[in-house]
Amino acid sequence: MLAYVIRRIFVGVAMLLAMSLVTFTLFFASPVDPAQYACGKNCSPVQREQARKALGYPSRGEGVWESNIKGPAEMWGTFAKGIVKGRQFPADEELRKAAPENVVDCAAPCFGYSTYSIRTVNEMVGEALPVTFSIALAAVILWIFFGVLIGVLAAVTKGSFLDRGIVGTSLFLYAFPSFFIGTFLLTYISIKWSLYPLPSYTSIADGGVGTWASNLLLPAVTLAMLYMAGYVRMTRAFVLESQAEDYVRTARAKGLATRKVLFKHALRAALTPLVTMAGLDFASVLGGAIITESIFNFNGLGKLAVSANTNYDLPVLIGIVLIAGAFVITANIIVDILYAFIDPRVRVG
Amino acid sequence: MSTAPTPYLSVQDLKVHFPTPDGIVKATDGLSFDLERGKTLGIVGESGSGKSVSSSAILGLHRGSSAQVSGHILLDGVDLLELSNEDMRKMRGRDVSMIFQDPLSAMHPYYTVGNQLVEAYRVHNKVTKKEARARAVEMLDRVGIPNPDKRIGDYPHQFSGGMRQRAMIAMGLINDPGLLIADEPTTALDVTVQAQILDLLQDLQREFNSAVIIITHDLGVVAEMADDVLVMYAGRAVEHGPCKEILTHPEMPYTWGLLSSVPDVSGDTNARLLPIPGSPPSLLNPPTGCAFHPRCLHRDKVPGDLCRTELPPLVVGTRIGSHLKRCHLSDPDSIYESEVLPEIAPDLVDEIVADKATDNAADDAEGAR
Amino acid sequence: MTFEEYVPGAADDHEPATMADMLTVAGNAAAVAPVGAAPILEVDKLRMYFPVKSPGLLRRTVGHVQAVDGVSFQVVEGGSLGLVGESGCGKSTTGRLITRLYTPTSGAIRFQGEDIAHAKARQLKPLRRDIQMIFQDPYTSLNPRHTVGAIIGAPLAIHKILPKKQILPRVQELLEIVGLNPEHYNRYPHEFSGGQRQRIGIARSLTLQPKLLVADEPVSALDVSIQAQVVNLLQDIQREFGVAFLFIAHDLAVVRHFCPEVAVMYLGKIVEIGDRDSIYNNAHHPYTQALLSAVPDVRQAATGGRRERIRLEGDVPSPIDPPSGCRFRTRCPIAQEICARHEPPLLQIGQRHKVACHFPGRLGEAPREPLTSGLLGVDREGRPDPGASPSTDLVEQPGFADTWFDLDKKTIGRV
Repeated sequence: MLAYVIRRIFVGVAMLLAMSLVTFTLFFASPVDPAQYACGKNCSPVQREQARKALGYPSRGEGVWESNIKGPAEMWGTFAKGIVKGRQFPADEELRKAAPENVVDCAAPCFGYSTYSIRTVNEMVGEALPVTFSIALAAVILWIFFGVLIGVLAAVTKGSFLDRGIVGTSLFLYAFPSFFIGTFLLTYISIKWSLYPLPSYTSIADGGVGTWASNLLLPAVTLAMLYMAGYVRMTRAFVLESQAEDYVRTARAKGLATRKVLFKHALRAALTPLVTMAGLDFASVLGGAIITESIFNFNGLGKLAVSANTNYDLPVLIGIVLIAGAFVITANIIVDILYAFIDPRVRVG
Repeated sequence: MSTAPTPYLSVQDLKVHFPTPDGIVKATDGLSFDLERGKTLGIVGESGSGKSVSSSAILGLHRGSSAQVSGHILLDGVDLLELSNEDMRKMRGRDVSMIFQDPLSAMHPYYTVGNQLVEAYRVHNKVTKKEARARAVEMLDRVGIPNPDKRIGDYPHQFSGGMRQRAMIAMGLINDPGLLIADEPTTALDVTVQAQILDLLQDLQREFNSAVIIITHDLGVVAEMADDVLVMYAGRAVEHGPCKEILTHPEMPYTWGLLSSVPDVSGDTNARLLPIPGSPPSLLNPPTGCAFHPRCLHRDKVPGDLCRTELPPLVVGTRIGSHLKRCHLSDPDSIYESEVLPEIAPDLVDEIVADKATDNAADDAEGAR
Repeated sequence: MTFEEYVPGAADDHEPATMADMLTVAGNAAAVAPVGAAPILEVDKLRMYFPVKSPGLLRRTVGHVQAVDGVSFQVVEGGSLGLVGESGCGKSTTGRLITRLYTPTSGAIRFQGEDIAHAKARQLKPLRRDIQMIFQDPYTSLNPRHTVGAIIGAPLAIHKILPKKQILPRVQELLEIVGLNPEHYNRYPHEFSGGQRQRIGIARSLTLQPKLLVADEPVSALDVSIQAQVVNLLQDIQREFGVAFLFIAHDLAVVRHFCPEVAVMYLGKIVEIGDRDSIYNNAHHPYTQALLSAVPDVRQAATGGRRERIRLEGDVPSPIDPPSGCRFRTRCPIAQEICARHEPPLLQIGQRHKVACHFPGRLGEAPREPLTSGLLGVDREGRPDPGASPSTDLVEQPGFADTWFDLDKKTIGRV
């Protein structure tokens, strides 16, 4: 098992490297010159080249990239080196010498420096990540707890009005986009009817767990709604499926109480596919977080990604892509480890 | 029959119907039989004959589903169909237990064999985990699993097919039930393992003195295991009686078909197998009259259209009182001997004729009493 | 003459003492199997090892599942050979090797004289017409989204044998052959019962008029009353079209009914092979005997009581790490020390009967001394015997030789 996990981590790191390389290549393949963009509209060629140096991008000749291949590859090399060894900014040595008071140290693992925001990517991501992670975590807890609970309820009352009601409602909610739910919660629950205070992110360090959690409720509900409906239906299907299994019949034939048959035997088996889904969804929650964060004005990774994208802020983009990738890969490895815990057939050959 | 001991299990007019959008599926339609402790009943039939559904009904496994069950299932005088769900649950595994066809899927893959045995014991006995574990080890040892105190911690997938079925048997017998239902217990196993399991079941039955119902499609298994045989077709009993009687003097063309369609390890290889034509009927819309009539090769021997129009009652056959059959044929034994037997086992004809002389003498003696 | 002196192939040196000897050596060979027909399939020392990878970082190959380990046999034109054995004995793998769904690790598969064991995909295409397979499960082996007509007609289209227009009449003809309504070509598999689906599978396998059909458990998924219908259909097909069969099944009675020749497999090896009578009435291998005695018999009811069976203890060992010497020895009631040391060669003991056992004999009549020690050049416990030299031309061949060692008379038997 350990060997397997180590192998998976190796593969994961290789994948992250490949992802960063692809992001670099895509970025430089775009027709927009980030130096021009940073420099502004009325920018002389000299200023532009200075901006380029400050940004640390390889220079390009008239009209086309001077080193279409060499440029990104070289940059990627420095980037990769920065992750391992750390870097100093500005990237250009002359600039560093010219203004030593402006030099920023970025310790390993260094993801880069955003000239646009005049901060290191590590700092920016470090601020945004807890926000997104908090929302995602709260949402995952909500949607798994209620999704599975309601799904099991629907499965055991299969065919009843309750079951049909649950299935119908979940389908209804599933059809609503999260920006609708989020906007609804914000404008009506918080603002118009004042049923719940307007949320703003407070870290645990600043306000304690209670404040942290209460501020997360509305964004988390918004995000959880998107997934919960699916989990209700999936759980219902998985539980129904496992209830038809031979070993559940055996459990009943042994004389076990219905509750024990359900929770010890049927649900345990239904858990396996749910864990897979939950792991992958948790990883992909970043995408959903963008909308939620925008609606509630939380400064999370989602918002950061949007602004980095509109500003052609390559270092930040790369940083976020890598964080998101690491999220997916880690979630997958965790799912695999959980699998071994749940299913002894994986654990003991 | 009046002198016979009160049967341990008495199933009377059992009906299991499943309502579906297309109509009612009569999986079991009026099944009756008795079974004493220490005896084995073999229920034979093809898929869809209602044999598994009937046994699940005895265990009350239909409860909580849409099935409509009627009739009486008297176990030691208690009608299982009248019990509350909770009382029935307490009977399951303690008084009636069941082992299933495929031991791999019948055991939970995520729990150790020991865990599942301990659980089965502790449901019905107020004992500590340690005591239950000791009991589980004892049972595993009894069913012939080597190193039971070590293997008890294994998961089902670490057992071989035969060992899994042994463990299932151990689980079924851990509370010493009076009735054990074995649903195709050896179908998923290899022949040499099947022989081991059948031997084990016989030994344990003798030891525990339980009543056993063995459900199978294999007449060979029935011949080796059962005291009585019940042949089912389309949800009804079509022939019922002592094993030897049914297998040597079957009086229902379906039973003939079952016998003639299976080759024998010692039979004549030049003889052609005589299959039953057609396929098993739909239970949603079973044939009128005798459900077997569309596939019956001897329908022409019954006057008129009786087979098609009228369901034959389950009545005493032509030979002995305990042999029941559901067929309109008036002289099935002679048809069997003259038409069926020569085709399937010509070497047996002489034997049976000789047998008959002694049997008749015995019957006469019985009649005189 | 003793068994030790007998060397297959070299037997011509030993002249029978008298004319009378020659006339009375009918010996163990009893039933007459199809003699004279040329072999259509010859399998020679076929091996299939599936690698087992280690769970560690490097995933090295740490062992092999020896699914099929040196199997040799022949199937004659229009004949049928039954392969029986318990699960994991390699019978299905053998079937898949012959249809080249797998590529064997080593050995030869000679079909009509041509070795196809390692033929490339392109060379295999014509072969696929001649060797067809019938699968066990009629529910999963037919594509549920294709009509029956498309399933049966597909081989004709793939091999471009008939123009499109003529495919339908051929499909209907095939449906009629297998006893289905030709009008039903437009239906989907789920509209048919299990038995009918198996008929569809058979029709599909017949489309290209194969010369050899590999039937892998063709009836075991079917209801009892339907099994007989399918067995009869296969027999009719064999009679009418002269197709040779390799009939793989675990049901000894069905195999006996269908196949004049039978091979019994255990853990990847053939332990006994011969004509029907040799295997079922004159079995000389303890495994064959145990297998036969384990089959429940309907006639048991007539005699009543419990039948004495040979009880095999335990389970089949893992094919990853099979026992040394004879693979059956761990469960064998008559195993001795030599069995752990040496693998018994498959020796011909009748006109059409070979057995791989150090102590071959009818039930209860097994010899006390190993019959093979001389051939292997060892003493009775299997230790190297300095006095004896192993027979060098102890070569296993797929077919049967004209001479054999008669166990009852301790003489050379001849055709």
